[in-house]
Amino acid sequence: MSLKHHLISPLIGNNPITLQILGICSALAVTTTLSTAITMSVALTVVLCLSGGVISLMRHHIPPSIRLIIQITIVASIVIVIDQFMQAFMFEMSKRLSIFVGLIVTNCLVLGRAEAFAMRNPVVPSALDGLGNGLGYSLILLIVGTLREFLGTGGLLGVPLVKTVAEGGWFEPLGLMQLAPSAFFILGLMVWLVRVLRPEQVERPEFRLETAEDRRP
Amino acid sequence: MAELLSPIRKFFARSNDDLVKIIGMAVLVALVSSAAVSITSVMLKPYQEANRAAERQARIDQMLDTLPGMRDLMMESGVDTLETRLVNLDDGSFASSEDPAGFDLDAALQDSEASIALQADADTAGIKRRANLSPVYLLQKDGDLKLIVLPVYGAGYQSTIRAALAIEADLTTIAALAIVEQGDTPGFGARIEEPEWLALWPGKKIADETGAVRIELVRGGASTPYEVDGISGATRTSNGITNMLRFWLGDQGFGPFLSRLRQEGL
Repeated sequence: MSLKHHLISPLIGNNPITLQILGICSALAVTTTLSTAITMSVALTVVLCLSGGVISLMRHHIPPSIRLIIQITIVASIVIVIDQFMQAFMFEMSKRLSIFVGLIVTNCLVLGRAEAFAMRNPVVPSALDGLGNGLGYSLILLIVGTLREFLGTGGLLGVPLVKTVAEGGWFEPLGLMQLAPSAFFILGLMVWLVRVLRPEQVERPEFRLETAEDRRP
Repeated sequence: MAELLSPIRKFFARSNDDLVKIIGMAVLVALVSSAAVSITSVMLKPYQEANRAAERQARIDQMLDTLPGMRDLMMESGVDTLETRLVNLDDGSFASSEDPAGFDLDAALQDSEASIALQADADTAGIKRRANLSPVYLLQKDGDLKLIVLPVYGAGYQSTIRAALAIEADLTTIAALAIVEQGDTPGFGARIEEPEWLALWPGKKIADETGAVRIELVRGGASTPYEVDGISGATRTSNGITNMLRFWLGDQGFGPFLSRLRQEGL
Protein backbone atom coordinates (compact mmCIF):
# COMPACT_ATOMS: atom_id res chain seq x y z
CA MET A 1 0.00 0.00 0.00
CA SER A 2 1.56 3.25 -1.12
CA LEU A 3 1.40 6.48 0.89
CA LYS A 4 -0.86 7.99 -1.75
CA HIS A 5 -3.31 5.17 -1.20
CA HIS A 6 -3.84 6.19 2.44
CA LEU A 7 -4.74 9.67 1.29
CA ILE A 8 -6.92 8.83 -1.72
CA SER A 9 -8.86 5.72 -0.73
CA PRO A 10 -10.96 7.30 2.06
CA LEU A 11 -12.30 9.91 -0.34
CA ILE A 12 -14.84 7.65 -2.07
CA GLY A 13 -13.77 4.02 -2.00
CA ASN A 14 -13.46 3.80 1.79
CA ASN A 15 -15.28 6.98 2.77
CA PRO A 16 -15.70 7.26 6.55
CA ILE A 17 -19.30 8.45 6.29
CA THR A 18 -20.79 6.58 3.36
CA LEU A 19 -18.96 3.27 3.84
CA GLN A 20 -17.77 3.15 7.44
CA ILE A 21 -20.89 5.07 8.61
CA LEU A 22 -18.82 6.93 11.23
CA GLY A 23 -19.25 10.51 12.41
CA ILE A 24 -22.90 10.73 11.39
CA CYS A 25 -24.21 12.84 14.26
CA SER A 26 -21.88 15.76 13.64
CA ALA A 27 -22.65 15.46 9.94
CA LEU A 28 -26.30 16.15 10.79
CA ALA A 29 -25.65 18.96 13.22
CA VAL A 30 -23.28 21.26 11.38
CA THR A 31 -24.53 21.05 7.80
CA THR A 32 -27.40 23.54 7.96
CA THR A 33 -25.12 26.10 6.32
CA LEU A 34 -22.04 25.71 4.18
CA SER A 35 -19.84 27.95 6.34
CA THR A 36 -20.29 25.88 9.50
CA ALA A 37 -19.72 22.72 7.45
CA ILE A 38 -16.44 24.12 6.12
CA THR A 39 -15.21 25.12 9.59
CA MET A 40 -16.16 21.79 11.10
CA SER A 41 -14.44 19.98 8.21
CA VAL A 42 -11.22 21.90 8.71
CA ALA A 43 -11.30 21.41 12.50
CA LEU A 44 -11.99 17.68 12.24
CA THR A 45 -9.38 17.13 9.54
CA VAL A 46 -6.73 18.85 11.66
CA VAL A 47 -7.72 16.85 14.75
CA LEU A 48 -7.71 13.55 12.83
CA CYS A 49 -4.34 14.22 11.26
CA LEU A 50 -2.69 15.34 14.50
CA SER A 51 -4.21 12.63 16.68
CA GLY A 52 -3.25 9.95 14.14
CA GLY A 53 0.33 11.22 14.12
CA VAL A 54 0.68 11.60 17.90
CA ILE A 55 -0.92 8.26 18.76
CA SER A 56 1.14 6.47 16.12
CA LEU A 57 4.30 8.12 17.47
CA MET A 58 3.79 6.58 20.90
CA ARG A 59 2.04 3.39 19.81
CA HIS A 60 4.82 1.10 21.13
CA HIS A 61 4.47 2.57 24.61
CA ILE A 62 0.69 2.63 24.99
CA PRO A 63 -0.24 -0.16 27.42
CA PRO A 64 -3.11 -2.12 25.83
CA SER A 65 -5.09 -2.16 29.08
CA ILE A 66 -5.46 1.63 29.14
CA ARG A 67 -5.11 2.42 25.44
CA LEU A 68 -8.61 3.87 25.00
CA ILE A 69 -8.17 6.25 27.94
CA ILE A 70 -4.85 7.44 26.56
CA GLN A 71 -6.28 7.91 23.07
CA ILE A 72 -9.25 9.86 24.38
CA THR A 73 -7.00 12.06 26.54
CA ILE A 74 -4.80 12.92 23.58
CA VAL A 75 -7.74 13.60 21.27
CA ALA A 76 -9.48 15.71 23.93
CA SER A 77 -6.37 17.82 24.50
CA ILE A 78 -5.95 18.49 20.79
CA VAL A 79 -9.62 19.43 20.51
CA ILE A 80 -9.45 21.83 23.46
CA VAL A 81 -6.36 23.50 22.04
CA ILE A 82 -8.10 23.95 18.66
CA ASP A 83 -11.24 25.24 20.37
CA GLN A 84 -9.15 27.78 22.28
CA PHE A 85 -7.55 28.95 19.04
CA MET A 86 -10.97 29.33 17.46
CA GLN A 87 -12.24 31.36 20.41
CA ALA A 88 -9.23 33.63 20.10
CA PHE A 89 -9.11 34.14 16.35
CA MET A 90 -12.48 33.01 14.90
CA PHE A 91 -14.83 34.19 17.62
CA GLU A 92 -18.07 34.42 15.59
CA MET A 93 -17.56 30.95 14.17
CA SER A 94 -16.66 29.47 17.54
CA LYS A 95 -19.89 30.79 19.02
CA ARG A 96 -21.90 28.94 16.39
CA LEU A 97 -19.83 25.76 16.59
CA SER A 98 -18.77 25.70 20.23
CA ILE A 99 -20.59 22.59 21.41
CA PHE A 100 -19.94 20.70 18.19
CA VAL A 101 -16.21 21.35 18.33
CA GLY A 102 -16.24 19.91 21.86
CA LEU A 103 -18.11 16.93 20.49
CA ILE A 104 -15.27 16.11 18.07
CA VAL A 105 -13.82 14.27 21.08
CA THR A 106 -16.70 11.83 21.02
CA ASN A 107 -16.83 11.68 17.21
CA CYS A 108 -16.47 7.96 16.58
CA LEU A 109 -14.45 8.71 13.46
CA VAL A 110 -11.49 10.05 15.47
CA LEU A 111 -11.30 7.21 17.94
CA GLY A 112 -12.14 4.72 15.20
CA ARG A 113 -9.13 5.72 13.06
CA ALA A 114 -6.84 5.87 16.09
CA GLU A 115 -7.81 2.39 17.17
CA ALA A 116 -7.99 0.81 13.72
CA PHE A 117 -5.02 2.43 12.03
CA ALA A 118 -2.73 4.66 14.09
CA MET A 119 -2.13 2.03 16.79
CA ARG A 120 -0.57 -0.33 14.21
CA ASN A 121 1.11 1.87 11.63
CA PRO A 122 4.08 4.24 11.44
CA VAL A 123 3.69 7.98 11.88
CA VAL A 124 3.58 9.20 8.27
CA PRO A 125 0.96 6.72 7.01
CA SER A 126 -1.10 7.37 10.16
CA ALA A 127 -1.07 11.12 9.69
CA LEU A 128 -1.92 10.65 6.00
CA ASP A 129 -4.72 8.24 6.92
CA GLY A 130 -6.08 10.88 9.28
CA LEU A 131 -5.79 13.55 6.61
CA GLY A 132 -7.45 11.30 4.02
CA ASN A 133 -10.31 10.34 6.28
CA GLY A 134 -10.72 13.98 7.30
CA LEU A 135 -10.93 14.97 3.63
CA GLY A 136 -13.40 12.17 2.94
CA TYR A 137 -15.55 13.39 5.81
CA SER A 138 -15.17 16.99 4.57
CA LEU A 139 -16.23 16.03 1.05
CA ILE A 140 -19.53 14.57 2.30
CA LEU A 141 -20.08 17.47 4.72
CA LEU A 142 -19.54 20.04 1.98
CA ILE A 143 -21.96 18.30 -0.39
CA VAL A 144 -24.64 17.98 2.31
CA GLY A 145 -24.01 21.53 3.55
CA THR A 146 -24.24 22.98 0.03
CA LEU A 147 -27.49 21.17 -0.74
CA ARG A 148 -29.08 22.01 2.61
CA GLU A 149 -28.18 25.68 2.58
CA PHE A 150 -29.09 26.22 -1.06
CA LEU A 151 -32.40 24.35 -0.98
CA GLY A 152 -33.24 25.63 2.51
CA THR A 153 -32.48 29.32 2.06
CA GLY A 154 -31.83 29.94 -1.62
CA GLY A 155 -28.28 31.14 -1.00
CA LEU A 156 -24.77 29.89 -0.33
CA LEU A 157 -22.37 31.11 2.38
CA GLY A 158 -25.04 33.61 3.35
CA VAL A 159 -25.12 35.20 -0.13
CA PRO A 160 -28.56 34.94 -1.75
CA LEU A 161 -28.30 33.29 -5.17
CA VAL A 162 -31.94 33.09 -6.26
CA LYS A 163 -34.80 35.34 -5.22
CA THR A 164 -37.12 33.67 -2.75
CA VAL A 165 -40.89 34.00 -2.90
CA ALA A 166 -40.77 36.20 0.21
CA GLU A 167 -38.58 38.66 -1.70
CA GLY A 168 -40.81 38.55 -4.78
CA GLY A 169 -38.89 35.85 -6.68
CA TRP A 170 -39.90 32.34 -7.71
CA PHE A 171 -37.91 30.17 -5.29
CA GLU A 172 -39.77 28.57 -2.41
CA PRO A 173 -37.20 27.67 0.32
CA LEU A 174 -37.60 24.11 1.53
CA GLY A 175 -37.85 24.52 5.31
CA LEU A 176 -37.29 20.80 5.88
CA MET A 177 -33.73 21.21 4.59
CA GLN A 178 -32.84 23.29 7.65
CA LEU A 179 -33.95 20.48 9.97
CA ALA A 180 -31.82 17.49 10.97
CA PRO A 181 -33.86 14.75 9.19
CA SER A 182 -33.05 16.22 5.77
CA ALA A 183 -29.36 15.42 6.36
CA PHE A 184 -30.38 11.78 6.85
CA PHE A 185 -32.28 11.82 3.55
CA ILE A 186 -29.33 13.34 1.68
CA LEU A 187 -26.83 10.97 3.31
CA GLY A 188 -29.07 8.01 2.53
CA LEU A 189 -29.35 9.02 -1.11
CA MET A 190 -25.57 9.46 -1.30
CA VAL A 191 -24.91 6.03 0.22
CA TRP A 192 -27.31 4.58 -2.33
CA LEU A 193 -25.67 6.42 -5.22
CA VAL A 194 -22.15 5.35 -4.19
CA ARG A 195 -23.23 1.74 -3.85
CA VAL A 196 -24.96 1.73 -7.22
CA LEU A 197 -21.73 2.96 -8.81
CA ARG A 198 -19.56 0.64 -6.70
CA PRO A 199 -21.51 -2.56 -6.09
CA GLU A 200 -18.58 -4.08 -4.15
CA GLN A 201 -19.54 -1.81 -1.23
CA VAL A 202 -22.93 -3.44 -0.78
CA GLU A 203 -22.89 -5.48 2.41
CA ARG A 204 -24.06 -9.07 2.41
CA PRO A 205 -27.13 -9.54 4.59
CA GLU A 206 -26.17 -10.92 7.99
CA PHE A 207 -29.21 -13.17 8.12
CA ARG A 208 -31.38 -14.67 5.44
CA LEU A 209 -34.96 -15.74 5.93
CA GLU A 210 -35.25 -19.50 5.95
CA THR A 211 -37.54 -20.70 3.17
CA ALA A 212 -39.55 -23.88 2.97
CA GLU A 213 -37.11 -25.21 0.40
CA ASP A 214 -34.17 -24.86 2.82
CA ARG A 215 -35.98 -27.05 5.32
CA ARG A 216 -36.46 -29.90 2.89
CA PRO A 217 -33.75 -32.44 3.61
CA MET B 1 24.02 12.66 30.42
CA ALA B 2 23.88 8.95 29.72
CA GLU B 3 23.36 8.18 33.42
CA LEU B 4 20.56 10.72 33.54
CA LEU B 5 18.79 9.18 30.58
CA SER B 6 19.17 5.60 31.61
CA PRO B 7 16.23 5.49 34.11
CA ILE B 8 14.03 6.98 31.39
CA ARG B 9 15.27 4.39 28.91
CA LYS B 10 14.66 1.68 31.47
CA PHE B 11 11.12 2.92 32.00
CA PHE B 12 10.32 2.86 28.30
CA ALA B 13 12.00 -0.54 27.94
CA ARG B 14 9.56 -2.07 30.41
CA SER B 15 6.83 -4.31 29.07
CA ASN B 16 3.52 -2.63 28.25
CA ASP B 17 1.80 -5.02 30.66
CA ASP B 18 4.04 -3.94 33.53
CA LEU B 19 2.12 -2.10 36.28
CA VAL B 20 4.77 0.60 36.68
CA LYS B 21 4.69 1.29 32.96
CA ILE B 22 0.88 1.41 32.87
CA ILE B 23 0.64 3.89 35.73
CA GLY B 24 3.69 5.81 34.54
CA MET B 25 2.27 6.22 31.02
CA ALA B 26 -1.09 7.33 32.40
CA VAL B 27 0.59 9.99 34.56
CA LEU B 28 2.91 11.06 31.74
CA VAL B 29 0.11 11.46 29.19
CA ALA B 30 -2.01 13.34 31.73
CA LEU B 31 0.82 15.71 32.61
CA VAL B 32 1.82 16.47 29.03
CA SER B 33 -1.80 16.94 27.93
CA SER B 34 -2.68 19.22 30.81
CA ALA B 35 0.47 21.28 30.26
CA ALA B 36 -0.40 21.71 26.58
CA VAL B 37 -3.99 22.72 27.35
CA SER B 38 -3.00 25.11 30.16
CA ILE B 39 -0.28 26.84 28.17
CA THR B 40 -2.56 27.49 25.17
CA SER B 41 -5.37 28.63 27.41
CA VAL B 42 -3.20 31.13 29.29
CA MET B 43 -1.46 32.41 26.18
CA LEU B 44 -4.67 32.94 24.23
CA LYS B 45 -6.65 34.46 27.08
CA PRO B 46 -5.96 38.12 26.18
CA TYR B 47 -7.31 37.58 22.65
CA GLN B 48 -10.40 35.77 23.93
CA GLU B 49 -11.06 38.45 26.53
CA ALA B 50 -10.86 41.15 23.87
CA ASN B 51 -13.41 39.21 21.79
CA ARG B 52 -15.77 38.85 24.74
CA ALA B 53 -15.49 42.51 25.69
CA ALA B 54 -16.33 43.53 22.11
CA GLU B 55 -19.27 41.13 22.20
CA ARG B 56 -20.59 42.63 25.46
CA GLN B 57 -20.34 46.14 24.05
CA ALA B 58 -22.08 45.03 20.87
CA ARG B 59 -24.96 43.52 22.84
CA ILE B 60 -25.44 46.73 24.83
CA ASP B 61 -25.40 48.77 21.62
CA GLN B 62 -27.90 46.33 20.15
CA MET B 63 -30.16 46.82 23.17
CA LEU B 64 -29.99 50.61 22.71
CA ASP B 65 -31.14 50.12 19.13
CA THR B 66 -34.27 48.32 20.33
CA LEU B 67 -35.27 51.18 22.64
CA PRO B 68 -37.67 53.48 20.82
CA GLY B 69 -36.35 56.99 20.42
CA MET B 70 -33.14 56.26 22.30
CA ARG B 71 -30.84 56.86 19.34
CA ASP B 72 -32.60 60.16 18.56
CA LEU B 73 -32.16 61.25 22.16
CA MET B 74 -28.48 60.38 21.98
CA MET B 75 -28.15 62.37 18.76
CA GLU B 76 -29.79 65.37 20.43
CA SER B 77 -27.45 65.09 23.39
CA GLY B 78 -24.56 64.85 20.96
CA VAL B 79 -23.21 61.55 22.25
CA ASP B 80 -22.81 58.29 20.41
CA THR B 81 -22.56 56.01 23.40
CA LEU B 82 -23.54 55.94 27.04
CA GLU B 83 -21.48 57.62 29.71
CA THR B 84 -19.71 55.17 32.01
CA ARG B 85 -19.40 56.00 35.71
CA LEU B 86 -18.27 54.02 38.72
CA VAL B 87 -20.62 53.64 41.64
CA ASN B 88 -19.70 52.83 45.22
CA LEU B 89 -22.22 50.09 45.97
CA ASP B 90 -22.06 50.47 49.76
CA ASP B 91 -23.33 54.03 49.97
CA GLY B 92 -24.61 54.52 46.44
CA SER B 93 -22.41 57.51 45.60
CA PHE B 94 -20.43 58.01 42.42
CA ALA B 95 -16.77 57.13 42.91
CA SER B 96 -15.55 60.09 40.90
CA SER B 97 -11.91 59.71 41.95
CA GLU B 98 -11.52 56.48 39.99
CA ASP B 99 -11.19 56.20 36.23
CA PRO B 100 -14.02 54.00 34.85
CA ALA B 101 -11.85 52.88 31.95
CA GLY B 102 -9.28 51.46 34.35
CA PHE B 103 -11.77 49.42 36.38
CA ASP B 104 -11.06 45.69 36.26
CA LEU B 105 -13.82 43.59 37.80
CA ASP B 106 -11.77 40.38 37.86
CA ALA B 107 -8.89 42.10 39.64
CA ALA B 108 -11.28 43.71 42.15
CA LEU B 109 -12.83 40.33 42.95
CA GLN B 110 -9.37 38.90 43.68
CA ASP B 111 -8.52 41.79 46.01
CA SER B 112 -9.90 41.56 49.57
CA GLU B 113 -9.72 45.37 49.85
CA ALA B 114 -11.74 46.03 46.71
CA SER B 115 -14.45 43.43 47.23
CA ILE B 116 -16.37 41.72 50.01
CA ALA B 117 -17.19 38.06 50.59
CA LEU B 118 -20.94 37.42 50.64
CA GLN B 119 -22.58 35.28 53.31
CA ALA B 120 -24.23 32.20 51.81
CA ASP B 121 -27.77 33.35 52.71
CA ALA B 122 -27.24 36.86 51.32
CA ASP B 123 -25.64 35.57 48.12
CA THR B 124 -28.81 34.89 46.15
CA ALA B 125 -27.07 35.53 42.84
CA GLY B 126 -24.51 32.81 43.58
CA ILE B 127 -21.47 35.02 42.95
CA LYS B 128 -19.53 34.47 46.25
CA ARG B 129 -17.76 37.87 46.20
CA ARG B 130 -18.99 41.33 45.21
CA ALA B 131 -16.74 44.18 44.19
CA ASN B 132 -17.16 47.45 46.10
CA LEU B 133 -17.37 49.43 42.89
CA SER B 134 -19.43 48.77 39.81
CA PRO B 135 -19.67 50.58 36.49
CA VAL B 136 -23.08 51.93 35.44
CA TYR B 137 -23.91 53.37 32.03
CA LEU B 138 -26.14 56.41 31.83
CA LEU B 139 -27.61 58.85 29.39
CA GLN B 140 -28.40 62.36 30.54
CA LYS B 141 -29.61 65.48 28.85
CA ASP B 142 -29.06 68.88 30.45
CA GLY B 143 -28.50 67.23 33.84
CA ASP B 144 -31.68 65.10 33.66
CA LEU B 145 -31.24 61.36 33.74
CA LYS B 146 -32.85 59.72 30.71
CA LEU B 147 -31.72 56.13 30.98
CA ILE B 148 -29.53 54.10 33.28
CA VAL B 149 -28.07 50.71 32.43
CA LEU B 150 -26.97 48.44 35.27
CA PRO B 151 -24.62 45.52 34.58
CA VAL B 152 -25.71 42.44 36.53
CA TYR B 153 -24.48 38.88 36.68
CA GLY B 154 -25.26 35.70 38.56
CA ALA B 155 -25.36 31.93 38.39
CA GLY B 156 -27.71 30.40 35.83
CA TYR B 157 -28.15 26.67 35.44
CA GLN B 158 -24.64 25.79 34.26
CA SER B 159 -23.01 29.11 33.48
CA THR B 160 -22.69 32.64 34.71
CA ILE B 161 -25.31 34.83 33.10
CA ARG B 162 -24.29 38.43 32.46
CA ALA B 163 -26.99 40.90 31.60
CA ALA B 164 -27.56 44.62 31.25
CA LEU B 165 -30.75 46.03 32.74
CA ALA B 166 -31.84 49.38 31.27
CA ILE B 167 -34.11 51.41 33.54
CA GLU B 168 -36.08 54.50 32.54
CA ALA B 169 -35.80 57.90 34.17
CA ASP B 170 -38.45 57.06 36.83
CA LEU B 171 -35.98 54.43 38.15
CA THR B 172 -38.65 51.73 38.39
CA THR B 173 -39.75 51.00 34.82
CA ILE B 174 -37.60 48.58 32.85
CA ALA B 175 -36.69 49.93 29.43
CA ALA B 176 -35.04 46.72 28.24
CA LEU B 177 -33.02 43.71 29.28
CA ALA B 178 -30.04 42.46 27.31
CA ILE B 179 -28.32 39.15 27.98
CA VAL B 180 -24.68 39.90 27.25
CA GLU B 181 -23.15 36.52 28.02
CA GLN B 182 -24.50 33.11 28.97
CA GLY B 183 -23.73 29.45 28.40
CA ASP B 184 -26.87 27.64 29.52
CA THR B 185 -28.41 24.68 27.70
CA PRO B 186 -29.02 25.43 24.01
CA GLY B 187 -32.74 25.18 23.24
CA PHE B 188 -33.75 25.61 26.89
CA GLY B 189 -31.95 28.05 29.17
CA ALA B 190 -30.16 29.65 26.23
CA ARG B 191 -33.55 30.87 24.96
CA ILE B 192 -33.15 33.84 27.30
CA GLU B 193 -31.18 35.33 24.41
CA GLU B 194 -34.14 35.21 22.03
CA PRO B 195 -35.60 38.59 21.04
CA GLU B 196 -39.17 37.28 21.54
CA TRP B 197 -38.47 36.64 25.21
CA LEU B 198 -36.47 39.81 25.77
CA ALA B 199 -39.40 41.75 24.29
CA LEU B 200 -41.46 40.77 27.36
CA TRP B 201 -39.35 43.01 29.56
CA PRO B 202 -39.93 46.63 28.53
CA GLY B 203 -42.56 48.31 30.72
CA LYS B 204 -42.21 45.95 33.68
CA LYS B 205 -41.62 47.51 37.11
CA ILE B 206 -38.74 46.47 39.31
CA ALA B 207 -40.28 47.65 42.60
CA ASP B 208 -43.65 48.70 44.03
CA GLU B 209 -44.55 52.06 45.64
CA THR B 210 -42.93 51.12 48.95
CA GLY B 211 -39.64 50.51 47.16
CA ALA B 212 -39.62 46.76 47.78
CA VAL B 213 -38.07 44.85 44.85
CA ARG B 214 -40.84 42.72 43.34
CA ILE B 215 -39.61 41.75 39.87
CA GLU B 216 -39.70 38.00 39.23
CA LEU B 217 -40.00 35.33 36.57
CA VAL B 218 -43.11 33.20 36.92
CA ARG B 219 -44.43 29.99 35.42
CA GLY B 220 -47.33 30.48 33.07
CA GLY B 221 -49.08 33.78 32.55
CA ALA B 222 -47.49 36.82 34.09
CA SER B 223 -50.34 38.88 35.53
CA THR B 224 -48.84 41.85 37.37
CA PRO B 225 -46.35 44.49 36.15
CA TYR B 226 -43.71 42.83 38.33
CA GLU B 227 -43.99 39.43 36.68
CA VAL B 228 -42.33 38.16 33.50
CA ASP B 229 -43.03 34.76 31.93
CA GLY B 230 -40.22 32.34 32.70
CA ILE B 231 -38.76 29.98 30.10
CA SER B 232 -40.58 26.66 30.18
CA GLY B 233 -38.22 23.73 30.61
CA ALA B 234 -35.56 26.01 32.10
CA THR B 235 -36.72 26.53 35.68
CA ARG B 236 -33.24 26.89 37.07
CA THR B 237 -32.20 29.43 34.48
CA SER B 238 -35.42 31.38 35.17
CA ASN B 239 -34.87 31.22 38.93
CA GLY B 240 -31.27 32.28 38.38
CA ILE B 241 -32.42 35.43 36.59
CA THR B 242 -34.97 36.27 39.31
CA ASN B 243 -32.35 35.78 42.03
CA MET B 244 -29.74 37.72 40.11
CA LEU B 245 -32.06 40.73 39.60
CA ARG B 246 -33.29 40.59 43.22
CA PHE B 247 -29.70 40.58 44.43
CA TRP B 248 -28.44 43.40 42.22
CA LEU B 249 -31.47 45.62 42.82
CA GLY B 250 -31.34 44.92 46.57
CA ASP B 251 -29.29 46.36 49.43
CA GLN B 252 -26.11 44.47 48.52
CA GLY B 253 -26.33 45.61 44.92
CA PHE B 254 -27.56 48.84 43.34
CA GLY B 255 -30.31 49.40 45.96
CA PRO B 256 -28.53 52.22 47.82
CA PHE B 257 -27.52 53.82 44.51
CA LEU B 258 -31.06 53.76 43.11
CA SER B 259 -32.62 55.16 46.30
CA ARG B 260 -30.03 57.93 46.40
CA LEU B 261 -30.82 58.77 42.76
CA ARG B 262 -34.56 58.86 43.56
CA GLN B 263 -33.98 61.34 46.39
CA GLU B 264 -31.15 63.50 45.11
CA GLY B 265 -31.02 63.01 41.37
CA LEU B 266 -27.72 62.76 39.58
